[in-house]
Amino acid sequence: MLRPRIIPCLLVHNDGLVKTVRFAEPKYVGDPLNAVRIFNEKEVDELIVADIDATAVGREPNYALIANLAAECRMPLCYAGGVTTAGQVQRIISLGVEKVAISSAAIASPDVVAESAQRVGSQSIVVVLDVRKTGLLRRYELFTHNGKRSSGQDPVEFARRAAALGAGEILVNSIDQDGTMHGYDQALIDQIRDAVSLPLSVAGGAGSLEDIQDLISRHGIIGAVAGSLFVFKGKYRAVLINYPSRAEKDELLNRARSLRSS
Amino acid sequence: MITVVDYGLGNIQAFANIYKRLNIPVRVARTAAELAGAERIILPGVGAFDWAMQRLNDSGMRVCLDDLVLNRRKPVLGVCVGMQMMAGRSEEGALPGLGWLDGDVKRFDEARFRQRTHLPHMGWNDVRPVADAGLFRQMASPRFYFLHSYYFVSGPTGQILATTNYGGDFTSAAHAGHILGVQFHPEKSHEWGIQLLKNFAEL
Repeated sequence: MLRPRIIPCLLVHNDGLVKTVRFAEPKYVGDPLNAVRIFNEKEVDELIVADIDATAVGREPNYALIANLAAECRMPLCYAGGVTTAGQVQRIISLGVEKVAISSAAIASPDVVAESAQRVGSQSIVVVLDVRKTGLLRRYELFTHNGKRSSGQDPVEFARRAAALGAGEILVNSIDQDGTMHGYDQALIDQIRDAVSLPLSVAGGAGSLEDIQDLISRHGIIGAVAGSLFVFKGKYRAVLINYPSRAEKDELLNRARSLRSS
Repeated sequence: MITVVDYGLGNIQAFANIYKRLNIPVRVARTAAELAGAERIILPGVGAFDWAMQRLNDSGMRVCLDDLVLNRRKPVLGVCVGMQMMAGRSEEGALPGLGWLDGDVKRFDEARFRQRTHLPHMGWNDVRPVADAGLFRQMASPRFYFLHSYYFVSGPTGQILATTNYGGDFTSAAHAGHILGVQFHPEKSHEWGIQLLKNFAEL
């Protein structure tokens, strides 16, 4: 039986790892390769590494860093950050990365998604939706450039479009919930889940394993992404890389499954 | 000695790192000269079928690889698209496959899925080996990482090594004697993957 995925997300900023709150206040949490080694030992399901500088300063992905990460990872790796062309996607895949995430470029020039999927296959193309509530009506809207630039686009419409273009996965990230550890934005997730049949991963707000269990009991097969939860411990947010053990994870999935069928 | 074929696709270094950790000698071949003399071969792969076939055909290693596998009968393990390339053809592409395994590669029919998530088949799934599959020795309830929308369908003489359920059973590992293929990614499947790669080295 296919299992839901529980996925740590690591942010790279100035060559170090950071964790943000609502896409701001980056706090240093360690060295990327060291974190990968610890997550190897913890047998994580998948790992997302996002370079949050590349698009912001308009530079290419750091291929040397990506190659080092891919070689170190004993779990599947999804890379995000600064990807603007199908050529870059091809290059990153050939470095040994399983999946490449496209965010700003998918909105600015959707052809990049189609062309990338054609070259490397849909299974390796992830389209990221960074979503924030805006205006008096608190409508969901897509943002780019680390949540700084409004795109005016509706995330549900765009998710459908991404699927039609050949994306293999949608990663929805709630900017409002990011780093708050207040739980996932279920309403947002429900809307996207109803719109597409692609694998869906969701990020923003996971504060406990119960949040992940709730998410899985609600949706079954889904990717539960968390940042703060897997790099901080306790209310003072002491840096401690952590992840449920194989037994804890199996228990969590069993509980979620029984809640789902009840 | 394990030789990983580097035709520019797949996680070469991840295989190499696992074998180093196991103290099993490993090298990477990028040219026919480096590939010649290989005793045990891994053919990795990530990406679309035609792209992978084209890169392998253009690598200059194709003739040598066919000779090692078909004439010298060296054990070879195809991984993900590397397994699919061993088939005769694929619905994903127009180029012919290597034709080492009896079978074709087809796309999952989306009508078979009852759950909300359809394709690609992405994540950790159970792999049920046939009783005497040496590749899966010493594994309790093995699970591996999958990432694909196409799968290998065995022909009449094809031999199934393991099956996996995703909207029905499909062949997740197959072989023709010394030619073996796995649809999942052992190099990205923690202890199960390490054990499988160790088993392949000892077959």
